[in-house]
Parts: sequence; C-alpha cells; structure tokens
Amino acid sequence: MLAERIVCLGVNHQTAPVEIREKMAFSGDCLTPLVQIKEIPGCDECCFLSTCNRVEVLLVAEPEAATINAVRDFLFAGTGLSSAETEHYSYLRTGREAVNHVFRVASSLDSMVLGEPQILGQLKDAYRVAMDNKATGPILHRLLGKSFSVAKRIRTETSIASSAVSISYAAVQLARKILGDLTGKTVLLAGAGEMAELAAEHMLAQGVGKVVVANRTLERAISLARRFDGEAASLAELAPKLAEADILISSTGSPDLVLRREDMAPLMRQRYNRPIFLIDIAVPRDLDPGLNDLDNIYLYDIDDLQQVVEVNKGERRREAEKAERIVEEEVIKFLQWLENMELAPTITELRHRADELRQAELNRTLAALPELTPEQRKAVEKMGSALVNKLLHHPIQFLKSGDRPEDKRRNLMTLRRIFGLDNGNNGNNGNNGAGSG
Amino acid sequence: MDILFQAVFALYLGATITAVVCFFNLNQRLRLTARGLLGAAVGLHTVYLLVRFIAAGHTPVASSHEAVSFFAWSLTMAYLAFRWRYRVKNFAAFVLPLITLLMLVALLSPTRLVELPPAMQSWWLPVHGMIALMANAFLALAFCGGIMYLLQEREIKRKRMGFFSERLPSLEALDNLNQHCLTIGFPLLTLGIITGSIWARQAWGAFWQWDPKEVWSLITWLIYAAMIHQRFTVGWRRRRAAIMAIVGFAAVLFTLWGVNLFLGGAHTYAG
Repeated sequence: MLAERIVCLGVNHQTAPVEIREKMAFSGDCLTPLVQIKEIPGCDECCFLSTCNRVEVLLVAEPEAATINAVRDFLFAGTGLSSAETEHYSYLRTGREAVNHVFRVASSLDSMVLGEPQILGQLKDAYRVAMDNKATGPILHRLLGKSFSVAKRIRTETSIASSAVSISYAAVQLARKILGDLTGKTVLLAGAGEMAELAAEHMLAQGVGKVVVANRTLERAISLARRFDGEAASLAELAPKLAEADILISSTGSPDLVLRREDMAPLMRQRYNRPIFLIDIAVPRDLDPGLNDLDNIYLYDIDDLQQVVEVNKGERRREAEKAERIVEEEVIKFLQWLENMELAPTITELRHRADELRQAELNRTLAALPELTPEQRKAVEKMGSALVNKLLHHPIQFLKSGDRPEDKRRNLMTLRRIFGLDNGNNGNNGNNGAGSG
Repeated sequence: MDILFQAVFALYLGATITAVVCFFNLNQRLRLTARGLLGAAVGLHTVYLLVRFIAAGHTPVASSHEAVSFFAWSLTMAYLAFRWRYRVKNFAAFVLPLITLLMLVALLSPTRLVELPPAMQSWWLPVHGMIALMANAFLALAFCGGIMYLLQEREIKRKRMGFFSERLPSLEALDNLNQHCLTIGFPLLTLGIITGSIWARQAWGAFWQWDPKEVWSLITWLIYAAMIHQRFTVGWRRRRAAIMAIVGFAAVLFTLWGVNLFLGGAHTYAG
C-alpha cells in the first residue's frame, strides 16, 4: 500500500521540551539536513521542516525500522541522547495518521498558538527547498500542495485565525473595527510605557499616519517621538492634541484620572463627533470608565483587552473543532487519491475505458452495416478487440516497467494523464482523487 | 405570468437562505451559490417586469403588487450597483431577507393586471413611480446598513466581541455605507416628490392637496433632510445616523403601505 509509505517523524513543543529542541539546532536551515536525509537509503521522497517549535521530516519510504531509525538518529545526532530517549521525545506517524498530521500542521492546528499564520509560510518554504533539490516526488507534491489548500480552506471557512490573541494586536484589531482603514489616522500616546510603544508599533505597521507622544517629562517624549518619526508634547497639552487624534493609548503613571468624562464632551463637539478609540493600559487607570457611555467614544482598559484576548482564545479552540472535521474530510479524499495511484486499478480502469470505446464504436459500425452475415460481424468484432489489446499492450508494459518505486509512480502518473483518467489531474491541484473519468 | 413570478420568488428565497446560512458558517462555496442565485433571480425578475409591461401596456408600478415587486427589483439593482462600487462584508445577508420579504408581500397581493383610470394614464406614471421606488431602494440599503451598524457597535461597546464583530464590516465602513446611500437616495426622494406634485397639478389641477400620502412623503423627506443637515453641521454620524436611517425607513414603509391601509386617499393604487 502506498499510504503506509508516507511517514512523518519529528519533535514538537508537545513531545520535547525546549532544552531538547534547542540541542537539535537546525536553526531554520532546511537545506543541509534535507540533502543528508535524502541520502539515507530507503527514502524515496523527503521534506524537512524546522521552526522554533518543531523539527520534522516528512518521508515517502519503505516503512522499515532501519530507515526510520537512521532518520531519527540523524535528527538527534547533536543531542547525545540514547535511542530509547530519542524515541520517547519524538513522534512517528505513518499512513493515514501522517497525512492527518501534515494537514494539521499546515492549518496551524498543531501549533502552540492555535491558528497562528507563520507555520504555513514556513512549510511552504520547506517545500520549495525540497522541490528545488528534487527531494519531492509525486506523492509529496500532492500531499503538501493539498495541505496548503486545506489550510486555506480552514482559514476561510472557520474563524480560527481571525481573532487576535495578544493584547497589543487585539488593540489594533479593535481600532480597525471602529475606524476602518487606519491609513492616515493619528495615534496619541499619553505616557511612554513599553506596552504603549508596542501597540504604537503595531499601528504604524497598519499604516497609521502620525504618532504624537505626550509625556510628563518632555525629553522622554521627544526621544520616543523621534523613534516613531512623530511629534512630542507635554501632558498639559493633552486636550488640544486629543481634539485631533483618532486613537489614544494612555499609560501614564499618574495616580488620578488623566481624562474625565466632562473633559471629553466639549472636545467631541470640537471634533464634529469624529469617533475616537481610547485605550487605557495604565494601572491605576488613566481614563474615566464613564467615557465609554458617550457616543462615538470607545474605551477599552487593560482588563477589557485581556478579556477580548481570552474570549478569542476560547473562540479559536471552538473553531479548531470545526477545522479538525475539515482535516478529516480532506484526509479521506487524499487517501482515495492514493488508492487510485496504485497500479492495478489503473490497469483495470484503462482496459475498461478502452472497452467502452470499442463497444460504442462497434455498435455504431454494426448498426450502419445491417447486411453483414454473422461471420462477417464476428470478424469485425474480433478486429476491434485485437486493436484494443495491441494498442494497450505497450502502455501497460510501460506501467510495469521502472525498477525504482518512484519511477513506477511517475510512469503511472504520466499514463493516467495521457489517457485522461483523472480529468486533468497533474498531481497538485483539484480534489479529483476519486475521479475515474 | 403568475408562475413566472413564483419562480422569481423561489430564486430570491433560495439566494436569501443560502446567504443567511453562509453568514453563519462562512462557507465560500455557499457565497458563490448565493451570488449565482441572486443573479438568476434578478435576471428572471427583469423578464417578468418586461412581460408585465407588454401585457399591461404601462410601466408595472401601478398596482400594489407591481409597486412592491418593482421596489424589490430596484433594491436588488441598488444592491448590485453598490456592491460593484464598494465592498461591504456580508451585506447580502441583511439585504436579501428584506428583498424576499418584499417579494412575499408582492406574491400575496392580487396580481391581476389593472386598467388605469384616465387620470393616471400619463408618462408621469413611470417617471414618478420609478424614481420614488428607486429612492426607497437606496433608503432601504441605508436601513440595512443602520441595523448592521447597531449590531456591530453593541458588541464593541459592551466589549463582548464575538459573533457579529467578526462577520460585520468596521463601523467606519458601515457609516460610509449610510452616507453613500443617502447621497443617492435623498435626491431621488426629493425628485420623486417633485415629479409627483407636477403630475398632481396635471391630473387634479393642484400641486399639493395634503393627501395623506403626500403628507407622509413630506414627513419622510423631513426626517432625511434633518439627518443630512445634522451630519454636516454638528457631525451627527455613526450611531445617530444609523438610528435615523432606521426611523426614516420606517416612515418610507408607512408612506408606501400604512397610508393606504389606515388613511386612504388619492394614492390608493388602482388595484
């Protein structure tokens, strides 16, 4: 069975602590290990992935202990662990489980932060390196290509990746919900804490036009403003600056409120009711909680943001269940495709296809020639069968030729393509796995 | 012809159900299905309007059935025109149910063709009728936007982000939607009232005779005029604009039906 030859071997944040993972130290370089793994006897296809939370090898190989152990020894080469320990810290998945695992990794269901977007890019890079070095074959092409489309499907059909799970990113996301596109908007920082800086950086990355820093000590304000290429002001100027800002991030060390509800009402008239998003990340709080009751003012303090993050995390976990179902569905489709890759069904399919054609043409010819005698009819029928058999002889020989398994598979793919058995299936697109023409 | 209309209704209903389901499960394939169904519905609806135009000999905005069916058609067209220009996430899930509701009303109204009384046989009928109904369509879009705005803002203000916040566009986008729809809908409404009064002058000899329908269109017009005035002078936007769009549309609906039901008057459709 082809499916059994798909093997996934590796360590991740769940199976091995960081002390072990850091000793493996492939440090993002996929190329050297890939070349070395390719040389291990028995590995037909391979792909190597290394990120800070996982080191993983995806193989198409004979599922023999010797091959697996050789790969595992290679992975743990620098750690000095015994083979019992390496087995303990790593996971080995084959067949259906391996396919499932690859899909889950690509969709970020196996990540430390559920739904984080980086893993897909890292996997794509790993695939590109493997492809450039001719380490992948038809099965990994299909498997990895499919994993990318599964990840995309999960991203659009579940909201696993859409909610923010860090405070500063939650603030940016809220700002976008309230103000729409942040391009050209003005952010006012009151006080210059670390978290405020981080949030301001996030907002700048989103295209915020201007940053104004107001601080108790003007020097600090100036130095921070220079970093953001913005404007500096003293805290006493807060009110006039506030009239022009769209977002306020407040983090002063003041023990009292910096902005009261009564201060804001005249400002809102001055602003023509332009909406403003107030973010209070100071403890004790800087901004009057009553501000949130005013029209067009949206106030979030640190607890509110934390709560948003918690809710989002829960939401991601719920969405992950939906995603797991999608993965299961796609695994089944992939396995069906693999079955179609096997030789025997292809030969049957080919014969069947040819026979259908022969029968159809025969019926047409015989219908057009009603005056034939039974002997003549038999001769025509015989000719049809002979033609089909002779025509199919070489393609079938071609299928069975090829000494190495990957040659066999490549032949199989070629033949299926030439005879259109997969409706345009070229190994990396569509979900026509079960299609038999 | 009734069967044709039922087919149109079925298509709208299908598009609506698909769009609403899609709103819940975010399935991309369903989104495309809904779009296809809506395209088919509006195409067939256009055919229906043409057939009716030929059969009746006048633009099909005279009977109650015709007016509401034309309203639904204008709303779809306004929605498509809007979609072509701006992208508002999941707008369809709010507009399509309204279209289907209008179609349901049209379906339940008597669909027979009507003979127009001599006073109504004028080319002002299509001009006034179509402009007024097109105005309603854009005001209806603003209404849908207003509802979406209030739902979205409620979640943001209560700091319980979840179902809607993820499915609805930003408050800014929704406020823009409101403004765009009004900048088209309000001039059309004004024009509808003006053409109506010119036609009234021709048919009955007076521009304005305080007929209930006229009074209510004036009230509607005043609501929208106040809203636009406030937006530009003191910055009534967003939440207030959304509420006003909803109130205004309630007045639109009352002008369209309520007047006929409760108050009577010269506009009682020929049907």
